[in-house]
Amino acid sequence: MRNRTFLFMPGNNPGMLASAQCLGADVVIFDLEDAVAQTEKDAARILVSHALTELRPQGVGVTVRINGLDTPYWQADMEAVVAAGTDFVMVPKIESADQMLQVTTGIESARQKCGSTATVKALAIIETPLGLENAHAIASASKILHGILLGAEDFTASMGAQRTADGAEIAYARSRLLTACKAAGVLAIDTPFPFVADLERLEKDAAFAVQLGFDGKAVISPHHVHRVNQAFMPAPEKVNWAQRVMAAARKASEEGKGAVSLDGMMIDLPIIKRAERILLLADA
Amino acid sequence: MKRKYISTIADTLRECGLKDGMTLSFHHHLRNGDHVVNMTMDAVAALGVKGITVACSSLFPVHEHLIGHIKSGVITGLDTDYMSGPLAKAITGGILPTPVMFRSHGGRPRAIGEGSLKIDIAVVAAPAVDAMGNITGTEGPSACGSLGYIIPDTQHAAKVIAVTDHVVEGGLSRISIPHDVVDHVVVVDKIGDPAGIVSGSISLTRDPVALAIARNAQSVIRASGLLQDGFCYQTGAGGASLAASLFLREDMRAMNIHGGFLLGGITKYMVEMLEEGLFDNVFDVQCFDLSSVKSIAQNPRHVEISADTYANPNRKSNCVDFLDAVLLGGTEIDLDFNVNVTTDSNGNIIGGSGGHNDAAAGAKLTIIVAPLVRARLPIVVEKCTTLTTVGSTVDVLVTERGIAVNPARKELADKLRDARLPVCGIEDLHDQAVRMTGKPRPYERGDKVVGTMEYRDGTIVDHIYATK
Repeated sequence: MRNRTFLFMPGNNPGMLASAQCLGADVVIFDLEDAVAQTEKDAARILVSHALTELRPQGVGVTVRINGLDTPYWQADMEAVVAAGTDFVMVPKIESADQMLQVTTGIESARQKCGSTATVKALAIIETPLGLENAHAIASASKILHGILLGAEDFTASMGAQRTADGAEIAYARSRLLTACKAAGVLAIDTPFPFVADLERLEKDAAFAVQLGFDGKAVISPHHVHRVNQAFMPAPEKVNWAQRVMAAARKASEEGKGAVSLDGMMIDLPIIKRAERILLLADA
Repeated sequence: MKRKYISTIADTLRECGLKDGMTLSFHHHLRNGDHVVNMTMDAVAALGVKGITVACSSLFPVHEHLIGHIKSGVITGLDTDYMSGPLAKAITGGILPTPVMFRSHGGRPRAIGEGSLKIDIAVVAAPAVDAMGNITGTEGPSACGSLGYIIPDTQHAAKVIAVTDHVVEGGLSRISIPHDVVDHVVVVDKIGDPAGIVSGSISLTRDPVALAIARNAQSVIRASGLLQDGFCYQTGAGGASLAASLFLREDMRAMNIHGGFLLGGITKYMVEMLEEGLFDNVFDVQCFDLSSVKSIAQNPRHVEISADTYANPNRKSNCVDFLDAVLLGGTEIDLDFNVNVTTDSNGNIIGGSGGHNDAAAGAKLTIIVAPLVRARLPIVVEKCTTLTTVGSTVDVLVTERGIAVNPARKELADKLRDARLPVCGIEDLHDQAVRMTGKPRPYERGDKVVGTMEYRDGTIVDHIYATK
């Protein structure tokens, strides 16, 4: 499965939930947290559960963002969406490895309660200064952690920073989170671009995320999906290189050779993995 | 010079020999801003004439006024290509003594030319007329651009009346209908309401599902291999169809393609592609917005064409036969790829072919774009409620949840699969839709036939029944 785009959709909007699989995102995030008013938490939880069981999006990853661990809703959210068969549970405002372990225990107990044997992984959002300081500990805390998303809106609010389209105020946070994720071997997911109508700067922002090494990017508008997907699309010459790498690796394997070179460069496992990732992104 | 000018519509009709049982023809370029059909039929009623057949290329909500004339027996027959609004609802309810003849935009001039639709008096809503009686649609307070759909009527009707609110002293710079076919001219205060004639600006949809469909549709065109220099294209002004033209534009720029012509109802998005030099010509039977009205008046590459030239299958050639691709909508499409754009799934008349079955028959690649579910009803059905466009002329259905290719076009399906497009069987799309909506209870039709569906070649392919 590709991880280029993670599209947030309000968990209390039936029309959008029904359209989730059609919008081009690699992963959809049904949101029970910020998009849903306090008075609609129960209704949205029920709606999202029904959407997962009755109108399960096909061909895309499905995530539910539950309410934070500091709210009275998160356990009920987690039990409902694990029982309904979500692929991932996304938990906001994670600040420590202990909280990550709490999430892991919560998912496990939700699975046991409903008798699910399916794998359910976690996605964490780091969106506070403390969370960022503990990023590597969080990223390494649990085997079921799939990736971490930077939540720049809350983060900049906590920092007293001004959110801008060029994102200079989150440069450190991006790099710090990215490094922690790469060190722990989990996905690094870039923050959404919040200026919905500014598609030109969205493209620049997405290109920058790719340049930094993010594995994917969250988006808050369906109109952003295609442009962000395009940003992650490898250039044709890279695809061509990756295809040649894979062909050379296959040939070496068939001939029983341990190592092979291409254009004077030794092809080893990291090279093959990079080529595989390029071909995955290019869908080639 | 002004001997053709007569003071009132009633006097002119009398001069033309109006009598019971005649057929009067009209056109729909003034769309929902049209005053001419209603005021002409008021004059007919005032003369005490009954049993008239109104042959109008399309009828809109503004023509609700005709219901009174049907009730009083002034109008006893209708012949049209498209009908929406309260009049259509009344027809579905069985108000008219005879079935409405539904034709296509190409079938109508065919019928006129071969004499199966015989017109006694053609009434032209004329935005501007000169002293000789030449007519144009490009000037005046009610300018609508092309007058393409009434041109065949003026060539075959026994009498032709121009009704105008704008007389030009001296000659016109562009002539849609020449003076030599015009018998009389009547000047009235207003032939229409400009707000209902053309949109100030047709805006592109922001609906992400419609955009997803549009993107898929353009991917189909790209993968088909037809997008080459000389590419000729038609699309509607509906949400997904219009949006697809933007994606087409991006592709043509990126691939450095120079197209042949754009066809059909014209919007500013097509005009922009013409002005950008992406296409040689726009061939226009109908302008949809102010930009296209302005363009047809000024740009020699934006060419007014008649309905004959557009789609009459009996002519030596017609534009639809040169189309590489057309994008069309649909209220229903069935497992045999037949399409309904005439009624909804409850049998209510909500439209008609217009150029639907003409363009589908002519184009090398006919794509139907539609959401899989609309108003909680599946769009893919086992059998269409009403047959408008035959499935053998439809190549692809593009929805937001998959792309179905007519089994007769296996080579096309292979190309789309090679391009990694989400190709599936139309049965799969039907099953998906029914899983979402449940199986709808079939509507119960009444016994009375209220509409006859004529295919573009004159074959009767279906009937519309009154609702219960």
